[in-house]
Amino acid sequence: MTHDVASRAPSRRERQAPTGRRRRSAARFSRRDILVAVAMLAIPVLADIAFIWGPAVVSIGLSLFNWSGIGGLHLRSCIAGGLFPDNGCFTGVQNYYQAATNYPPFWPAVEHNLIWLAVFVFIATPLGMFFAVLIDTGLRGNRVYQTVLFLPVMLSLALIGIIWEFIYSPNYGLINTVIGHNTNANLIDWLGDPSLNLWAVLVEASWRQAGYVMVLYLAGLKAVDPNLKEAARIDGANAWQVFWRVTFPSMMPMNIVVAVVTVIESLRAFDLVYITNKGTNGLELLSALVTNNIVGETSRIGFGSAIGVVLLVIALVPISAFLYQMFVRREAR
Amino acid sequence: MKRASSSEDLQFSRRSALKGLAAVAGLVTVPGALAACSSSSTSSAAGGGSSASGGTSGGTISFGSNYSDPAPKQAFAALVANAKKATGVNITVNTVDHNTFQNDITSYLQGTPNDLATWFAGYRMQYFAAQGLLAPIDDVWDKIGGNFSDAVKSLCKGADGHYYFVPIYNYPWVIFYNKSTFTQKGYTVPATWDDMMTLAKQMKSDGLIPFAFADKDQWPALGMFDILDLRINGFDYHIKLMHNQASYTDPQVTDVFNQWAELLPYMQSGAAGRIWEDAAKTLESKQAGMMFQGTNQVAAQYVTDGKSLSDLDFFPWPTINPTYGQDYIDAPMDGFVLPAKAKNKDAAKQVLEYIGTGAAEASYLKYDQWDVAVATGAQVPTYNSIQTASVQAMANLKGVAQFGDRDTAPPMATALETSILSFIANPAASGIKPMQASLASQAKSIFG
Amino acid sequence: MKRASWRTAGSVFMIVVCVAWLAPVLFALYVSFRPYAETSQYGYVSLPHQFTFANYVNAWTQSDMLRFFGNSVLITIPAVILTLLLASMVAFVVTRVSMKVNLFLLLMFTAGNLLPQQVIITPLYRLYLLIPLPSFLSSSGYLYDSYTGLIVINVAFQAGFCVFVLSNYMRTIPGEMYEAAEVDGAGLWARYWRMTMPLCRPALAALATLLTTWIYNDFFWAITLISTGGKRPVTSALANLQGQFVSNQNLIAAAAMIVAVPTLVVYLLLQRQFVAGLTLGSTKG
Repeated sequence: MTHDVASRAPSRRERQAPTGRRRRSAARFSRRDILVAVAMLAIPVLADIAFIWGPAVVSIGLSLFNWSGIGGLHLRSCIAGGLFPDNGCFTGVQNYYQAATNYPPFWPAVEHNLIWLAVFVFIATPLGMFFAVLIDTGLRGNRVYQTVLFLPVMLSLALIGIIWEFIYSPNYGLINTVIGHNTNANLIDWLGDPSLNLWAVLVEASWRQAGYVMVLYLAGLKAVDPNLKEAARIDGANAWQVFWRVTFPSMMPMNIVVAVVTVIESLRAFDLVYITNKGTNGLELLSALVTNNIVGETSRIGFGSAIGVVLLVIALVPISAFLYQMFVRREAR
Repeated sequence: MKRASSSEDLQFSRRSALKGLAAVAGLVTVPGALAACSSSSTSSAAGGGSSASGGTSGGTISFGSNYSDPAPKQAFAALVANAKKATGVNITVNTVDHNTFQNDITSYLQGTPNDLATWFAGYRMQYFAAQGLLAPIDDVWDKIGGNFSDAVKSLCKGADGHYYFVPIYNYPWVIFYNKSTFTQKGYTVPATWDDMMTLAKQMKSDGLIPFAFADKDQWPALGMFDILDLRINGFDYHIKLMHNQASYTDPQVTDVFNQWAELLPYMQSGAAGRIWEDAAKTLESKQAGMMFQGTNQVAAQYVTDGKSLSDLDFFPWPTINPTYGQDYIDAPMDGFVLPAKAKNKDAAKQVLEYIGTGAAEASYLKYDQWDVAVATGAQVPTYNSIQTASVQAMANLKGVAQFGDRDTAPPMATALETSILSFIANPAASGIKPMQASLASQAKSIFG
Repeated sequence: MKRASWRTAGSVFMIVVCVAWLAPVLFALYVSFRPYAETSQYGYVSLPHQFTFANYVNAWTQSDMLRFFGNSVLITIPAVILTLLLASMVAFVVTRVSMKVNLFLLLMFTAGNLLPQQVIITPLYRLYLLIPLPSFLSSSGYLYDSYTGLIVINVAFQAGFCVFVLSNYMRTIPGEMYEAAEVDGAGLWARYWRMTMPLCRPALAALATLLTTWIYNDFFWAITLISTGGKRPVTSALANLQGQFVSNQNLIAAAAMIVAVPTLVVYLLLQRQFVAGLTLGSTKG
């Protein structure tokens, strides 16, 4: 994205103020300016703290309690064995321990999150990169290909889940009818069979992710200096070598972005499984487990928060890597 | 009972709910002398109007309802209209979508609840009562107690022995079949487990699916767990198990799963991906011989799909253990509670006193073709064949459970449902003891 | 010669991929135009005997779609405007007013956008139940179950990405321009509003396109923070529709297509801006 300020000729006023620079460092901002700056920052910062970071921190605190959402919290330890679970009591790290040892959906959810990540990293993202590279070679009809491949990114994931149910429907869907497995005797239950449904949903997710990555990567490819590529080609490198030795390394910032987007999107996966079957029976994901424990009558708020904290800790790894790359390394440059 | 996937009405709750509350605050002042009195069900001169001069009859209440499907909504409206006439209290109905209401119940009851709200009997009601979110209504039951049996009364009490709930209807879980199929193939209604196994084998060899079955929403299978437990181990044990006073590692529970494993080969496969509406369709189209579900669901589905109810019939689950015969079933009971934060409790109690009568239940059931009245000896001229049969089926029961997800803590019900799902997929005998151990330790984690 | 045949192979490959890529959407579109009676008898994969608009008409009328679209508009438009406003203010201050906390603020905002939503929902839900609002801002009296509540969380959640992108963009505006303005006595606000914002128009347009799509497509906040069915925006209302018309999948297909229309319109008309918004923050670096 370029704009023309840099190339504009200096205005008359600018030419008339040659000593502006020295005066600038002395009194850069008036008091009024400082107040305005603070006012401009105040609302967004307060909103960010109040609605994003505050809740994130409070979640950590809540994870140490046994709470159904009714009444208040207190620091007394939980008492066992009554007709009703003890409510609002302090339970320390018990919630984490219970989630890891005594909650059947937990480890499957972790496993599914990892599978989701692996599929994104090894299949969806490379596919998107491949499309981008292919399109960048200048095929005819480029715009059409881009438009088509990017289309799923525009649709909400809930919508994607609903559309794909027509493909996967056991009795009437496209796949089963075409391959002849749509009678009651030989049904393939793509979305109901726990050994199949995660992969079925991953196809849907990759359908979207590939387009997203493609667009990012295309933009990065456009920014690569064509002279470098030409030079390499003149030196006798074939297309494959040009890509890996010249193009790919010069796209480091974009590669980082794509890597982070891949990881974050896979941790964020929620809508698709939730709309398919609420994240149960083979489609467990940490995000769905949190929701199922907190939203709705189940009301194990402390327990759900503990799972949320696990998700937070996992998410902080790529987030920190991204922030480090984007800000700290850049500031140092 | 989560009637989850059936039609959810999208009509939104009226903002008049809030206006109603404001009206209540401004309109009704409650002199101390009125507190305990309930000069109610005689019709007052004010009819249904809210022009009451702040006296003993009249006043306005708001009624929170999750009867959002079209038919229950209509039935509820009829009940409210009759209640207005009978008590002189003006009632504004605040309808919320069925599932959302249940999901938000804790924040609802702690925030600004209406003066009355729809809910269910069982542990789920007792829990809120124990947390102080519901107001006791012993004074209401002093008036209406005579209308109900002891079994019903105990279901309306909290754990502390006080009353918190007034019922409106219930419905049984039974095994449905098409009369024509049975006549054609010469089947007879089984009275014992062995008879039913023979029947199932015969159906299978005749090319029918013996049991239509769907478990995508996960709660339908819980019904089968309940009935097997009730038949094999009796009512007391079942309730103890639900209330965390018996352990899931008990041999009684092993018996339940072993018995279930015998039945599984005759149940419709692919249940995990099928919604119960589609299983009901399999019964309708006579591809299946039987289906175990609530009348509230199967009969309703027949009507929705335009099939005549005249061919539909049911029988209670057969005897397994002669000690308990067919004495107990799941018959979930819906009704109303008085939130502790209700603003106009006196008028609300007047309405509850009306609702706890056979006449009120009949006015509701006039538009409800599948549930049945709870009051003893209620006369409901609009009953269809299924409803009449339901009343007869429940007449001689010794005890009635509320269905697993209403009888136990919701996270425990979820844990049980998840275990059952994997059991159905893989009913190997070797997996039963580990499953029980997992359930027991989850119960410990949930109940504390 | 060799290059030409690779090109053709490439084009053929892409055409095949594109057809496969569009298949799900086209199939749902196909189902939506067929009558229920026909598909329940012959299945979805069958040649059509007739086409019908009935599913669309029914989806529109029976499920109150106009109201849900209205809700979406009521939530999306204020949220987009507020997000751009607040994010641009932060971006401006952070890039033009050199303070020690600048890096920290940038980190805070960017990281906030990357958190999974489920991590913050519990306390957010309770917080929303506690904050009272006057009735003209919320019919429920609280931040919970109100349009204001959804607007607020969308703004807070999306602001991070916009701060990141806009600060990158504003950095490319040369400082000399501001010096001249200071000499003229322009205050900070004037430098922001009258000088910087007009220059950021391309970035703002790009972000507006992105935000509109993302907020319109939001599912999680709407299902957790709105309890009244009639207040839901259209994407989450679609989930309810699935329950209501569970038997009539053709109608659901039609409803899904209707819901997709606004994003498709935005996409076809503003594709360049959308893509620009996504890549703005990514290539500079």
